[in-house]
This record gives sequence, structure tokens and C-alpha cells, in this order.
Amino acid sequence: MAQTITEKILAQHARRESVRPGENIWIDVDILMTHDVCGPPTIDIFKREFGENAAVWNKDKLVILPDHYIFTEDPHAMRNIEILRKFAREQDLPHYFDVGTSRYKGVCHIALAEEGFNRPGDVLFGTDSHTCTSGAFGLFSTGVGNTDAALIMGTGKIWVKVPETMRFVFEGDLPPYLMAKDLILSVIGDIGFEGGTYKALEFDGKAVFDLSMEERMTLTNMAIEAGGKNGIIAPDEKTFDYVKARTDHGFVPVYGDPGARYYHERVYDVSKMEPVVAKPHRPDNLANVSEVEGTKLDRAYIGSCTGGKIEDFMAAAAVLEGQEVRVDTFVVPASTEVTQALRTRTMNGKTIWQVFLDAGCKMGHASCGACLGGPVDTFGRTHGTEVVISTTNRNFPGRMGSKQSAVYLASPLTVAASAIHGVITDPREVLV
Amino acid sequence: MKEHIRGQAYVVGDSIDTDQIIPAIHLVYSMTVPEERQFYGRYALSGLPEASQGLPHGSTPFTPGDAFKSPYSFIIAGGNFGCGSSREHAPFALQEAGAEVVIAESYARIFYRNAVDGGFVIPFETRVRLIDEIKTGDVLSLTTGTGILKNETSGTEYLLEPLGDIAEILKCGNVFEYARQAGMMTQR
Repeated sequence: MAQTITEKILAQHARRESVRPGENIWIDVDILMTHDVCGPPTIDIFKREFGENAAVWNKDKLVILPDHYIFTEDPHAMRNIEILRKFAREQDLPHYFDVGTSRYKGVCHIALAEEGFNRPGDVLFGTDSHTCTSGAFGLFSTGVGNTDAALIMGTGKIWVKVPETMRFVFEGDLPPYLMAKDLILSVIGDIGFEGGTYKALEFDGKAVFDLSMEERMTLTNMAIEAGGKNGIIAPDEKTFDYVKARTDHGFVPVYGDPGARYYHERVYDVSKMEPVVAKPHRPDNLANVSEVEGTKLDRAYIGSCTGGKIEDFMAAAAVLEGQEVRVDTFVVPASTEVTQALRTRTMNGKTIWQVFLDAGCKMGHASCGACLGGPVDTFGRTHGTEVVISTTNRNFPGRMGSKQSAVYLASPLTVAASAIHGVITDPREVLV
Repeated sequence: MKEHIRGQAYVVGDSIDTDQIIPAIHLVYSMTVPEERQFYGRYALSGLPEASQGLPHGSTPFTPGDAFKSPYSFIIAGGNFGCGSSREHAPFALQEAGAEVVIAESYARIFYRNAVDGGFVIPFETRVRLIDEIKTGDVLSLTTGTGILKNETSGTEYLLEPLGDIAEILKCGNVFEYARQAGMMTQR
């Protein structure tokens, strides 16, 4: 029976020839990831169910990346990191990336890629809804709660309902004023933010394979914003090059079969697409930038797992170089590796970091930052009626802190162009 | 799973995301230490904008003032309830406040899984747009086995969708007992 890439990976991990959408199956998990918000309660449940002194099922397969509430004075948040630290010590975990050490990484989804944990053909679960990001590497990845994570921690297994696959094909050449963020916001706007509920969202076509791995991660990252179970892109040479440069661990790539059945298929010609935003307060509240141009802003924010990667900052820096921002602009690298790149890569003889500083941006530490609000002292968090344009992935009421603030989601190019004008601006107006 | 559940309804709109169910700022509390976990009850649904707090009139907090428990046992919602983050704190906060059942037109899947696998609240689905028919404060009674819901205040009766595959996990109490019965986890 012809199967999609998602079905084939799930079948292999259920040790079966094939699976059908809608079936409930138990599968083996290759990697479990958790962080400082959901790790401590997961550990509590793990101990309750498997015993105070139980060992995790496989310590090489558990990755703990504190990233959410790191640069804060909040005592409970600090206590939670201490819980992770103690657990990593007790279990002698090789893949714990502790805060305050040279091993600290930052946002989990980016760190999973950088550290070589995203391997084609694998199954990866994480206690974070944006775990679907990892699917850019041709693996099945999805977010779960603490209870499911605790079950995996003890057994290495979990039940899943096999999702139907929706296929989004992007043809043509991507114009320089568009980024992967424009493509995925368009998809979410088109199918609605429950249009992909419990579906696998597969991205395909020349324009997808033209994208770098970082840009592909922007596509899969926001599968959840359409309700998707997972986002996935078949692996290619770019995937293999990225993975092999970061791990010696082997992997077996999986590809969909010709003739596999898709629940839904939609084809886009990227050369005809427009820069877009998601207006407040839903990620599917789609508008062309041209429709909201001139909207007055109080703040711009560049960061997060979806918009805080090296290429996101390179794109923003190209717009900001030699310019000055007119609104408070917060820059939060996703990971310490991204920070390092901003401090070493140059543009017209200046480091990228300096380009942002000279433009008047406020520079933060690698973490989730204000993407999800967080403790009151979080860098960039909203506290009033701010109108924000942001490269992050969610704009529900209160998402960045204040229930009264309003968030527009857009690509790093659009956010940077808007920052220098203080109003929502089409990147075509500033790109030469 | 309880056979009969009776209590007051709290009505909310469409696409209530996990930040509205439990704002991220509160996720720092322990979910086990009693003095801390009770805050999840206090702040459950506190992210709702004021006009959306308890439909149709709004301005009715789910958990009043400084209380830790809510007077409402049922949450009646529109589509895509629980969208957004994977935080299990969301169904947990509803349970901690005292809610036992959510009845929505549809759910975001991670919330749905978390509600079931953790045994926090029973997520029923309805084809009828109950948020247009039930008012916050109405007294409801539900028979979980049959899915028959009665609005005692209005006298109207509804048949909810069958629980389907998740009924087995709900009967077990949580996913661990289900996993033991499926042979995926050793018996205690």
C-alpha cells in the first residue's frame, strides 16, 4: 500500500509494514525533549508512576533544554531550573544543557537542530507544541503534555492516532521580498487555524527544496498554528549536509511512496505571493501587508524558534543597516549559536550585532524571551496597550504578556521595514 | 469516570487558546505542592478578555476574586477549544478549579490528548452550538455513559457525541493504567 512519509515513519516505529490514517498505534520514540516549564511537572509524574528511584528508559534519548524562563528573577522559575539540574545529576543525563554554563543553548527547537538531534526517519516528541519544527529534517515530531512525556520517559513508547496528510506544494522562484514566514502564514490563513487539526502537514515543491534548513524550519514550526499534528519535509542533500555536520549518529531517510493518498492538496506559485501579516488576535487572521500598511506601531520584536534564527537576523539586518528604528525594537537570538554568529558575521565591515545596535535595537539573551510573555521582568514583554509587529508564531490575546496589547505576526523583512518607519511597511519599499 | 455530573455552566466563545485558559506567567507554580498548585485554580481562564468572561454577558470571572475554586463544573465552548501551546497546565488548571467536563464543538488535539491522558477533565464534543443555547450559571446534568445532557434551567435536553476511542482511557483513569492494560508498562 502506498504511504506518505509520515505514515511510513509511524509504521516503522510501530514495527509494522503499513498503517492507515485513523488507526491508534503504539510507537517507539527515538528522542524525547523537555524544557524548564514542562520538565519539572513531567519529572514529578514520572516519579509518581515509575518510582522515586526509577531510571529513564534511555538516557541517550532524553534531551533537556531549559529555554523559557531563564533571564528572570522569578524565584519559582529559578527553582524549576534547579529541579532539572538535580534530575540530570541523579540520572547522569548526557544531554542536559544547563543554564549559566557554556553548554547553555537557548530555544529547544533550534538547539535540537544545532546539536544533531533532528535525524531523518526518526520519531521525536517534546513537551512543547512547536516540537513540530523538527519535521523540517524529514522526521515525525510533535508536541505532547507532561503526562505523555512521563510515559515516554519511563517506557520509550506512546500511543498515537495516525494522521491524514495534507500536502502543500510550493512552485516557482521565491522573490527576495518573501520569506518562509509569508508562505506559512498564507497557508494558515487559507485553511484556517483549525484547518489542519490532527493532520500531517507536508510541504513539497521546488520552492521548498530551494529553502535553507533554517527557512524550512519556519514552515514546519507553524504547522501547529493550523492545528496540525506534525509538519514534515522530505529530506534531501541539504538535510544530510546539515545533519552530518552536527552528529555522527546514523539515520535512515524515509520518503513517501508515489501514489500515496493525501487528504488535501494545495499548490502555490510563490512568485505570485505577497508579503503578509497575521492580524491580532489569531494566527489565521491573514492580510496582505499592503492592506494594513501605515498601521501605527509601538514596538517591533525579532526572535523566537520561528523568527530568531541566523538567517532571520541576516534578513532583518540587511534592512536595518545604516537605518534607525522609530519604535522600540527587541532582538532576541534563539540560541547561543545564533548569538555567536551575530557577533562574528559581518555586513559592510560591521558585525551583525553592531548593525542592530547602531540601528537602535535592544539586544537580549538567547531564550524564548517575550514570545510567550513569561514572568513580569521578561525582556520585551508587553505590559499595556502596545501594538507590536513580531516575527514570533502566536498572537492570541495576552500571548506576549498584556491582554490589552495587539500583535501582528510577520516575516523578519517586514518587521525590520516596519521598525524603521514606525508603521507597518511593505519590505519592497526598503529593499533595493 | 463518574456516571452522573451535575453543576453550573460557564460559557466561553470560539478558539479559546491555552494562554486564555492559563496565562504563561503562572506556569512557574508546582503542579504537586499543594500551596502552589491551588494557584492554577485561582488563575484558570483568567486570560479571557473581560467581555468574554462567562457568556452571554461577560465580566464574570471563572474563579471569583481571591478564591481558589470555581463555582462552575461545566465549561461550554465553541470550536477549537484549547488551541495553542502543549501546556498540560491548561486542563489541569480547569480541574484544579473544580471543573469536571468541557463540552466544545471541537478541540485542538494536544489539549484533547492532555485532558484524556492525564484524566483531568472529560472532553465531550457537541454538534449543536451550545454556546448560543446555554447561559453562564445554568444548571446542567450529564450522564457520561449515554452523553445525555440536560439543561435544568431551560428544560432542554441534548445528546452529545460519543466519546469513542478515548472512553477506554477515561475509564482507566489515565494513560498509565491504559498502558498497563495494553502491556506497554509493567503492572504495579
